Amino acid sequence: MSRRLALEASHAVAEAVRMADVDVIAAYPITPQTHIPERLAEMVANGELDASYIPVESEHSAMSACLGSSAVGARAFTTTAGQGLELMHEAVYVASSMRYPIVMVICNRALSAPISVWADHSDVMAVRDTGWIQVFCQNNQEAFDMTLWAFRVGEDPKVLFPVMVNLDGFTLSHVTEPLFLPEQSEVDRFLPRLQYRLALDPEKPTTHGALGFPSIYAETKIAQEVALRKSKEIVLQGWEEFGNIFGRHYFPVEPYRTEGAKTLLLTMGSLSETAKMVIDIKQDKGESVGLINLRLWRPFPFKELRQAAKDANILIVFDRCISSGGPGGPVYSEIRSALYDQAKRPKVVGFVGALGGRDMSVKDFEYVVDRGREIAEKGSEELFEPVGVRGEVSGIRG
Amino acid sequence: MAQKKLKTADELTWKDMEVGNVITEPGNASLRRTGDWRTERPVVDKEKCNKCGLCWLYCPDAAIKAVKDGYYEPDLFYCKGCGICARVCPKEAITMIEEEEI
Repeated sequence: MSRRLALEASHAVAEAVRMADVDVIAAYPITPQTHIPERLAEMVANGELDASYIPVESEHSAMSACLGSSAVGARAFTTTAGQGLELMHEAVYVASSMRYPIVMVICNRALSAPISVWADHSDVMAVRDTGWIQVFCQNNQEAFDMTLWAFRVGEDPKVLFPVMVNLDGFTLSHVTEPLFLPEQSEVDRFLPRLQYRLALDPEKPTTHGALGFPSIYAETKIAQEVALRKSKEIVLQGWEEFGNIFGRHYFPVEPYRTEGAKTLLLTMGSLSETAKMVIDIKQDKGESVGLINLRLWRPFPFKELRQAAKDANILIVFDRCISSGGPGGPVYSEIRSALYDQAKRPKVVGFVGALGGRDMSVKDFEYVVDRGREIAEKGSEELFEPVGVRGEVSGIRG
Repeated sequence: MAQKKLKTADELTWKDMEVGNVITEPGNASLRRTGDWRTERPVVDKEKCNKCGLCWLYCPDAAIKAVKDGYYEPDLFYCKGCGICARVCPKEAITMIEEEEI
């Protein structure tokens, strides 16, 4: 039997890490992620969790300690945000290339300058191409569920990739709301202990991290790339098993009231919950608008996205990050690219907003839908439109 | 010295790559011809050699082997031609000769 209780999302993550019975936690505190390592350190100190807590001196060291731990077959966890993820950057690539199934929770935060501790997706988009499996959460229950699921999928012998779980800083990480916590026996059934075939072992010596000459580098990277794309099968299987055991079902692309909708709005993370309210309001008024919540960001769910968008005339994509000097927000840009070869495709319109923790209200999303339809019909000189910026914006052009 | 033949890089496809590029066979660096970029090679003059073994001791790649009768010889499968053996030899019994001259 699961228990229903109120927890802050950060503490829900810590509970998931505790129930996953991790061996090593190496993390450096940074706003707005602080409550996660704080709670985990407390659990280890109190004896609630039998793990090594390594109080490292930086995020670069946090990831490096996780690399070493994972290399010997330990279940390793870290967590960071914003600038911390940037400092960690080079080691983030190493985790995926060396195929260590580390789990990392990011409490998404804007990047300096100006210094900002508030929610934004610039941090995760800067590590978009690092080869990790990447998912986004809408609420506390998902923060718990995705963290648990991340270990199950990453450690699968057919996967062996690190997994990044994204929650919006403050607007999700610091929110307290009720969620169901499962029994330990259910977690153990979902998340068995697996023996990592290539773990460092004096009895069976192996070399990890050898030099890659030009003659084999490309072959190595292609092998990694094919494996990451293939991991989607296990991503889906992991969610199916999760649904069977815990009764909550997750998908890479999650449509909300999209039946027959001619206009679709696409959002990620906690903003999808606000956007759903706008869909309800608009559908009550008889407007043909639905929502797509994009949960799986890497490997990108091309098939599922095309399926979800196939009957729409307009697809409005909302980004929480600017791809500087590029074609629009990173999500918008990728979605346009994913649909480009489709014989029938919706007009894709891009908005960028909620930067650096700026609130996105129901009213703001209503504006996005209305203005998005207007742009789809009449066109715009701008490559994307910023939301809620004071003063008329022009000059976002080629 | 090489005991068996390893696949060369040209013979490996992306499907042959081990997960995470892990090398599962320990110590297989000894199978690789690491002396193939040498530009000079040490040549020992046995007439001058007093079998002191300093060349063997100083070689950074353990590429000087003890041979019969107490003499020492470079193993050219691994020797990179750094010349340390020639420099430390108290009898000046080792001379570095350009590969092109051989």
